[in-house]
Amino acid sequence: MLGRTLREVSAALKQGQITPTELCQKCLSLIKKTKFLNAYITVSEEVALKQAEESEKRYKKGHSLGDLDGIPIAVKDNFSTSGIETTCASNMLKGYVPPYNATVVQKLLDQGAVLMGKTNLDEFAMGSGSTDGVFGPVKNPWSYSKQYKEKTKHKAHGENEDSNWLITGGSSGGSAAAVATFTCFAALGSDTGGSTRNPAAHCGVVGFKPSYGLVSRHGLIPLVNSMDVPGILTRCVDDAAIVLGMLAGHDPKDSTTVQDPVKPFTLPSLTDVSKLCIGIPKEYLTPELSSEVQSLWSKAANLFESEGAKVIEVSLPHTSYSIVCYHVLCTSEVASNMARFDGLEYGHRCDIDVSTEAMYAATRREGFNDVVRGRILSGNFFLLKENYENYFIKAQKVRRLIANDFVNVFNSGVDVLLTPTTLREAVPYQEFIKEDNRTRSAQDDIFTQAVNMAGLPAVSPVALSNQGLPVGLQFIGRAFHDQQLLTVAKWFEKQVQFPVTQLQELMDDCSSVFEIEKLASVSLKQ
Amino acid sequence: MEEGLRLGAGPAGKGDGAPWLSSPSSRPRSPGKVNTHGQLWSVWKFMPRSLPTLNSSLDLKSNLQHLQILWYLFLMHLCLELSRHTEREREAETQAEREAGSMHREPDVGFDPGSPGSRPEPKVLNRRCVEAAVMTGLALKCHINKKSLFDRKHYFYADLPAGYQITQQRLPIAVNGSLEYSVCVGKKRSQVITRTARIKQIQLEQDSGKSLHDELRSQTLIDLNRAGVGLLEVVLEPDMSCGEEAATAVRELQLILQALGTSQANMAEGQLRVDANISVHHPGEPLGVRTEVKNLNSARFLARAIDSEIERQINELENGREILNETRSFDCKLGCTIPMRDKEGKQDYRFMPEPNLPPLLLYDTASLPPGADPQQVINIDRIREQLPELPSETREQLVQQYGMLPEHSFTILNEVGLLEFFQNVIKETRAEPKKVTSWILNNFLGFLKQQNLAVNESPVTPSALAELLNLLDRKAISSSAAKQVFEELWRSKGKTPSQIVSEKQLELMQDGEALNQVCLAVMEEHPQVVLAMKRGNPRAINKLIGLVRKATLSRADPTVIKEILEKKLSS
Repeated sequence: MLGRTLREVSAALKQGQITPTELCQKCLSLIKKTKFLNAYITVSEEVALKQAEESEKRYKKGHSLGDLDGIPIAVKDNFSTSGIETTCASNMLKGYVPPYNATVVQKLLDQGAVLMGKTNLDEFAMGSGSTDGVFGPVKNPWSYSKQYKEKTKHKAHGENEDSNWLITGGSSGGSAAAVATFTCFAALGSDTGGSTRNPAAHCGVVGFKPSYGLVSRHGLIPLVNSMDVPGILTRCVDDAAIVLGMLAGHDPKDSTTVQDPVKPFTLPSLTDVSKLCIGIPKEYLTPELSSEVQSLWSKAANLFESEGAKVIEVSLPHTSYSIVCYHVLCTSEVASNMARFDGLEYGHRCDIDVSTEAMYAATRREGFNDVVRGRILSGNFFLLKENYENYFIKAQKVRRLIANDFVNVFNSGVDVLLTPTTLREAVPYQEFIKEDNRTRSAQDDIFTQAVNMAGLPAVSPVALSNQGLPVGLQFIGRAFHDQQLLTVAKWFEKQVQFPVTQLQELMDDCSSVFEIEKLASVSLKQ
Repeated sequence: MEEGLRLGAGPAGKGDGAPWLSSPSSRPRSPGKVNTHGQLWSVWKFMPRSLPTLNSSLDLKSNLQHLQILWYLFLMHLCLELSRHTEREREAETQAEREAGSMHREPDVGFDPGSPGSRPEPKVLNRRCVEAAVMTGLALKCHINKKSLFDRKHYFYADLPAGYQITQQRLPIAVNGSLEYSVCVGKKRSQVITRTARIKQIQLEQDSGKSLHDELRSQTLIDLNRAGVGLLEVVLEPDMSCGEEAATAVRELQLILQALGTSQANMAEGQLRVDANISVHHPGEPLGVRTEVKNLNSARFLARAIDSEIERQINELENGREILNETRSFDCKLGCTIPMRDKEGKQDYRFMPEPNLPPLLLYDTASLPPGADPQQVINIDRIREQLPELPSETREQLVQQYGMLPEHSFTILNEVGLLEFFQNVIKETRAEPKKVTSWILNNFLGFLKQQNLAVNESPVTPSALAELLNLLDRKAISSSAAKQVFEELWRSKGKTPSQIVSEKQLELMQDGEALNQVCLAVMEEHPQVVLAMKRGNPRAINKLIGLVRKATLSRADPTVIKEILEKKLSS
């Protein structure tokens, strides 16, 4: 039952094949078994069981609230949840219990969803590995999968298997791992430079970043306000569409959300892609791109072409400036957004009380990790009066050029862009931490952050590599054409199940839940 | 405030588990409540703070003759609180909206400790704030920018929970206006001169919290009730040259704001706050280094602070010292400004665009997009049409309609509630407007001032005064009797003037024959005076009049007495 998609389990609930409480308990027990993955920071067991019970009552009375009623979900620990600790994986907010729910959380709860817990991340969502949070790194469930183990067996170097686990990618690694291990049917992530799509790609789930302004950010503890978007992680594209339908729409508490009403929708099943024009941005073919990902990328392009779609090479000429520009804008907003954490009103406060200034300094020294402090420092540097013109204003101008690149491509008749999500599949933790967070973020966000600067929707469904690991491919759509984008992604998702190309082995939900459960219990016994 | 500090600090004591004193990394601190003078404070923390020191080198003895050789100019920032209502107003408003079926107003979000993930919209960018800003801009003859932008201004301070203030640094909502105000000059202050202070800009901002410094315990209490609330800042150009001008200009602005209904603009309650930027320079030279004086909570203190700061700066310069660009506060007990220790050093505010608030777009009838929901857009032209009568127009009206002297029209408007009182009296009396004005300004206002009462606290109602003036007008009582009745009205609440007149038998003798008899009797009793009068002593008749009035217990009209006496003497 847990291996099913959201849509399937929703049908099962409606037909009474399983009750919300049974479903909740199964997920809770799986959360316990997979605890070693470190996907959750807080498991809200009591709340979840209570919500499940209420949902059950509704089903019994025949008053179900809809597709999400009784469905276990997880939420990244940078969304405010009323009465449930919200830490951002930082010492600064350890113990902080928000007085309100983020709009997206509230919407999910209003639909009857059952909140299983808050998922792990890089501190304040700053990172691309889910390795830099105060609660420790998240382990990629694929490290323990049958597919990966079979492929890596022959080259075992006698290393301890346990130290060779893979990272999930980040910063929404906890949410991606939670969905991948079947402990929930959908999870909220946040996406500022790729933080939803990157871990989705590494964990083999669908990661969807909606258009900026389609989903409310109220209650999402901000990283970069002008780029942050609540992300959706699910096990199939249809599920992402269901969740988007519930979350999208204007929020008076967030004036950057669109005014136009958004209705829930069901994705159509495309049968004919011949009218579709797929753009392949040539600048995304970088030397760092692994040959494996590159070959899957071109196979995907060939798939579209062979089914009659028009596939053309396009140019996004300012791509190479994107990551530097992102760095300036990101750190500047970070410096500003982090200013509120001063130890006075909530969160961590140091013991020093000689003066308010000394208290601020020590509190922030103790509360933030090196990554956060580093970004605050550089951001404040860029915002200084003497630097503002040279850095911030210039970066804003470059951002405009990057956004225009996309506009031009879409105006030329391209419907959807197809790119890789990441340079390569997930790497082992030991290898990942050889480079610092900044270098890693610069490498890992390469294909994803430009989308955030342009405010576009993007989705990352997956295929399986020769390594037996998931590889994400990214579709980028026009702003507010999220539905069209997901429709294309759904078609692709369906196609890769066919053994037409090398993309033969799409992750099989039901068998892998079995695998994971078995392996998890083995691990726990050790 | 004393009470507040005691209550706040007393029962809490450090580390006794009071919610706002919780130790690091425990659950979030929730505010403590402190009730002072009927006002509820949410107190968030206690921070140690060193005692402010006084600059003892200040020489306050120099006199104002220095002012002859130097000019001084200053500009002011006026902060106007927008969204804070009293409970009553809020209830009234929500009630009204419920009735109107409007869903537009944001739910009141209560007070905001800058919770992570929370947003500024409900308090800054709500319709009420924007409309108030546009109205104020129009009333002050500003150009309204159809597009304005929001910025973040960063600094760390205990009463700024977000670590930055949202303001409009680059493109404010209104620019280039003017505030006309009139000062009375001349020996009797009867000459009215109109002055103009240019308005640089009007901007929407977020308010900060309030710090209460408990010097006894060297700690600071932070009240965040108003933190994040919408604030309108009016920036004036350096066009004023003394404390009195500033106070008058501020008073005029208060009147305008009250007329617009944008704010009660009560300075004592912090609804209108003024920061004065003061500099001195020699004629023909550029402006000098300026200081900013804060904590000015009344027009009187504003005037005093400015004058004393001007004096201090002149003194400093004349003694070869420099003026520092610093923030000072006015100590009303010492009567001078003292440096504020909190904001030393030059700050780089690291301005950046506020990413959470999109540009604020306003429309006029011409640019209004077709089919726009009137609830979603703001039409400048409609607001202009709905502007109420402004104080300058009201004064003009008083002068035109009632032949009032211009200086009197100022007095009538400057006193809270006096205009309404005046208009109510006028409505109910047949007495001449000039008479009414004179009575209100001389007797009524004099009594109020003497007893330190506000107009609405007066025991004399407009109707009572109108009735009294009617009695006077139809010569039922003499003007001295009228004054007596007025005093009586003041003392004994609830009595009508007619009641008092009949109780005290103050009505004029209407019976001509009886008065005739009294006159005769008086003349007979005082033959010497009659004789003196017949010899042509002009003062003698006054003596006789006085005697007759005394005999009638002041109930006779002196002019009538005079007529009778003259008639009798000439016959």
